[in-house]
Amino acid sequence: MLPPYASPLERTWYWMHRALVFLILAFLILPILVIIPLSFNADNFLMYPMSGFSLRWYEEFFTSPVWGRSVMNSLIVSPAATLLAMALGTLASVGLVRAEFPGKTALTAVLISPMIVPVVIIGVAMYLFFAPIGLTGSYTGLILAHAILGVPFVITTVTATLVGFDFNLVRAASSLGAGPITTFFRVTLPLVAPGILSGGIFAFATSFDEVVVTLFLAAPEQSTLPRQMFAGIRENISPTIAAAATILVIVSTLMLLTLEWLRRRNERLRTALI
Amino acid sequence: MSDFAASASAIDGADPDLKRRMRRAERRRNLAYFALILPLALLVLVAFVWPIASLLVRAVENEGIHDNLPQTVAALRAWDGPELPDERVYRLLADELAQAKGTPKLAAIATRLNREEAGLRSLVMKTARHLPLPADVSAKEALIAIDPAWGEPPIWKTLKRAGHPFTAFYLLAALDLTVDAHGHVALAPPQERVYLDVLGRTFWMSFNVTLLCLLLGFPVAYLMAILPVNRSNLLMLFVLLPFWTSVLVRIAAWIVLLQNEGLVNRLLLSLGLIQSPLPMLFNRFSVYIGMIHILLPFMVLPLYSVMKGISPVYVRAALSLGCPPWRSFWTIYFPQTIPGVGAGVLLVFIMCMGYYITPALLGGPKEQMLSYFIAFYTNQTINWNMAAALSAILLTATLLLYAVYALRFGPTRVKFMKAR
Amino acid sequence: MKMRTLHAAVLGLALGAAAPAMADLTIISFGGAAQQAQEKAFYQPFTQATGIKIHPGEYNGEQAKIKAMVMAGNVTWDLVEVESPELVRGCEEGLYEKIDFTKIGNKADFLPQAVNECGVGIFVWSVALAYDADKLPQAPTSWADFWDVKKFPGKRGLRKGAKYTLEFALLADGVPPQDVYKVLATKEGVDRAFAKLDQLKPHIQWWEAGAQPPQLLASGDLVMSAAYNGRIHAAQQEGKHLKVVWNQSIYDIDSWAIPKGDPNKAQALEFIRFASQPERQKAFSREISYGPTNLKALDGLDPKVLGELPSAPQNLAVALPMNTEFWVEHGEELEQRFNSWAAK
Repeated sequence: MLPPYASPLERTWYWMHRALVFLILAFLILPILVIIPLSFNADNFLMYPMSGFSLRWYEEFFTSPVWGRSVMNSLIVSPAATLLAMALGTLASVGLVRAEFPGKTALTAVLISPMIVPVVIIGVAMYLFFAPIGLTGSYTGLILAHAILGVPFVITTVTATLVGFDFNLVRAASSLGAGPITTFFRVTLPLVAPGILSGGIFAFATSFDEVVVTLFLAAPEQSTLPRQMFAGIRENISPTIAAAATILVIVSTLMLLTLEWLRRRNERLRTALI
Repeated sequence: MSDFAASASAIDGADPDLKRRMRRAERRRNLAYFALILPLALLVLVAFVWPIASLLVRAVENEGIHDNLPQTVAALRAWDGPELPDERVYRLLADELAQAKGTPKLAAIATRLNREEAGLRSLVMKTARHLPLPADVSAKEALIAIDPAWGEPPIWKTLKRAGHPFTAFYLLAALDLTVDAHGHVALAPPQERVYLDVLGRTFWMSFNVTLLCLLLGFPVAYLMAILPVNRSNLLMLFVLLPFWTSVLVRIAAWIVLLQNEGLVNRLLLSLGLIQSPLPMLFNRFSVYIGMIHILLPFMVLPLYSVMKGISPVYVRAALSLGCPPWRSFWTIYFPQTIPGVGAGVLLVFIMCMGYYITPALLGGPKEQMLSYFIAFYTNQTINWNMAAALSAILLTATLLLYAVYALRFGPTRVKFMKAR
Repeated sequence: MKMRTLHAAVLGLALGAAAPAMADLTIISFGGAAQQAQEKAFYQPFTQATGIKIHPGEYNGEQAKIKAMVMAGNVTWDLVEVESPELVRGCEEGLYEKIDFTKIGNKADFLPQAVNECGVGIFVWSVALAYDADKLPQAPTSWADFWDVKKFPGKRGLRKGAKYTLEFALLADGVPPQDVYKVLATKEGVDRAFAKLDQLKPHIQWWEAGAQPPQLLASGDLVMSAAYNGRIHAAQQEGKHLKVVWNQSIYDIDSWAIPKGDPNKAQALEFIRFASQPERQKAFSREISYGPTNLKALDGLDPKVLGELPSAPQNLAVALPMNTEFWVEHGEELEQRFNSWAAK
């Protein structure tokens, strides 16, 4: 910290740095907070000053068939895509860490690439490919697409966990008489689970915030919450958007807290083991 | 110990059978692990790699003519101007157009030719209306009677050129190039030139956003790295909350703030800093603000993870040896952050290149980047070949940058990519 | 009336025999106020009369989704609202089912432009100059005024696309309405239109969805905008003081079309028949000021409602019909050039 013998120049730098960071963090946080009160606006406009307090936009959000349907769709597509990504991604990660074969780096790069390739290209490519086989305008197509977008996050987090995982622990367990199943559930899983879960949360967040691929693949019947927000912002900006936004902020805060909890738990477990 | 030595010598030694069995067991285990990758690899291959590959092929595919007028195209192969093709070609064209009449094929032919030259659509449609021709007339005379254009060589040249199964037409067009009447590649006429501009704009905007993210992200990461853990965790929360918040929420928020009667304008007006509202929305400014807001965390996180690992002792040593603070920071500390700077810069730049949602919602037409044009051709004019050609260019640029990233930092180090 | 019940009963029986469950209909239109009017005038009464549920959806007229569906033989949209050029092109390209007009009604009752090989007109709309009368001291009367940034300072809204925009530019440049498409068909005419747009470019804010102009006018972001007359009318009813300038407006028809291979074609046709009846059309025109395509609906329509319709004689007299053929022919080329121009 600032030592008591610091020169005036150092003091100035010290406080300027802090003030600057404070401003940047305000820039990051304030816009998100600004939209929340507007969801309680009695008025018809997404604009300050507010004319009064009202819950009508939440009512509209939860009762309108279009928003209701989009919430339902998000609750179908994102969990399904996340589960698929977690299952396939975890299996593949174990394989990638344990198997040795030529072209492993290249294969890894390919499996990670949905994260790199611009989403519009993914959207157009899948759209043109899925259309003739009837996968556009269907939940199946959308779930597959979202799962593929989520897979890289599962792979990166799970492989990172597995690389740090000491396989001697498995050997120790079996040498102490535990069967493979017991070993898996009592030793391997508790240690790897946080990696899988946080990968899953990343995959979920990706799907839950996905617009572009959905824009290409989904018919109105599969329109998801972010897709509906996109249409709303573009075409019909109303305080219902603020209500939807507030709900999304709550969801993202929950995801953030879960991840933080997982990280701490993981740290505790690791230190306990060492 | 002696047991171990014995077994080791057994392996090294003469028991080839045991060696083979162990190798086989090893291979089998390796195969079993490899099998775990297969389901995902298959899914990604079938539903991701294959679609993208076939999209790229579309960039050079020349649909419309060779598939719908196969005989005419085959007959034209032997013809090479400058005089008109013979009666047989005219007859084949009339017959094939007559067959296509009333089916989507005719529209496909007309659309494709119209792309070569405006006005050919109606020529094809008009001609088809007079078909089929009676068997006993001269097809050549009949077609020329329907429209004199059939009596001029250029239309046949165009038909021949558009009849190749593959074409560089779209890829060239995506770089503002065209093939002129003499078959030379030339720059497109000025009023049609746009993609070089858009490509340049995509790079320029990505560059600016990346630079600004670095300038803003560096002090934040640095402060987090030098603060005690419990306080830097709090700052981290401020970086992570926006990171996890939906991109659309943040865009909506910026609209609320930046619109004509938005909070920022009201604030500036009430402070007397401006007399009338500043236009801050749907221009370059709002797109930069929105993109920086979304991408800043992606810069801060890799910077922080590198800075956290930098030991403070070197800077302290420099300071205690009398090196001025600024110089010791610049010559001792900063070079150690380069891996984080590199990772953050490449990450943010790659993500910027593919941006679509933010410019679409916060920008005007002049802020649209390559992605917008890909979507435009896909949805609006249904020119999928052109969408594919532009995709090929964007993808090449992105993969080149990613290759640099992967070679420098390893393929799986791209951790926090999310959201566009 | 009896005939209709009988018809419905027979239809119901036939469908019942073909498919055990009555399928719902997915109907895609342009959203916003027009869709709300359709909901009240068409969807709800139709569901009441037949028990067939309607799933409304919206789009901005992009034909790509429809093409993809038809290509895949997996048609999930049963009815789409399309503009005339898209209808003609889509019909040529085999995107839409041919329609047997005897299943809809008597051809003679309809506007001639409403009867097409693949579509049935829903309503007559108009795109016109609109402004907020509270904010402009002096009323603009033509596109020349729209271009006059000295007399009327501030941002203007235009649809982000070549269609109507190029026509307005030529009208502002003094081309007589009857010559607009003749001029636009030449290269010089197109250059002239873009040159005129160049003059206004810094003052233009582009919109894409029909719901945007009334919002942008009401919020004060725009002083004037090209807008669909019905949307402006809807905003007027919410108490906004917006005005439509009928002079030099462009009108056209939106039509129902059934994507090719739709499994619910019979119900879709029945819906079109239902929505084309005079009383349904009348109800629609009362909800939003778009003109009926069924001429019988004009009988007994309140003169006040009538006066706000694009198809009212006094409004038609000063307006320009959109040239469908022209846009079928030049649409792709001009939209691409427009897009390139706008991005510069």
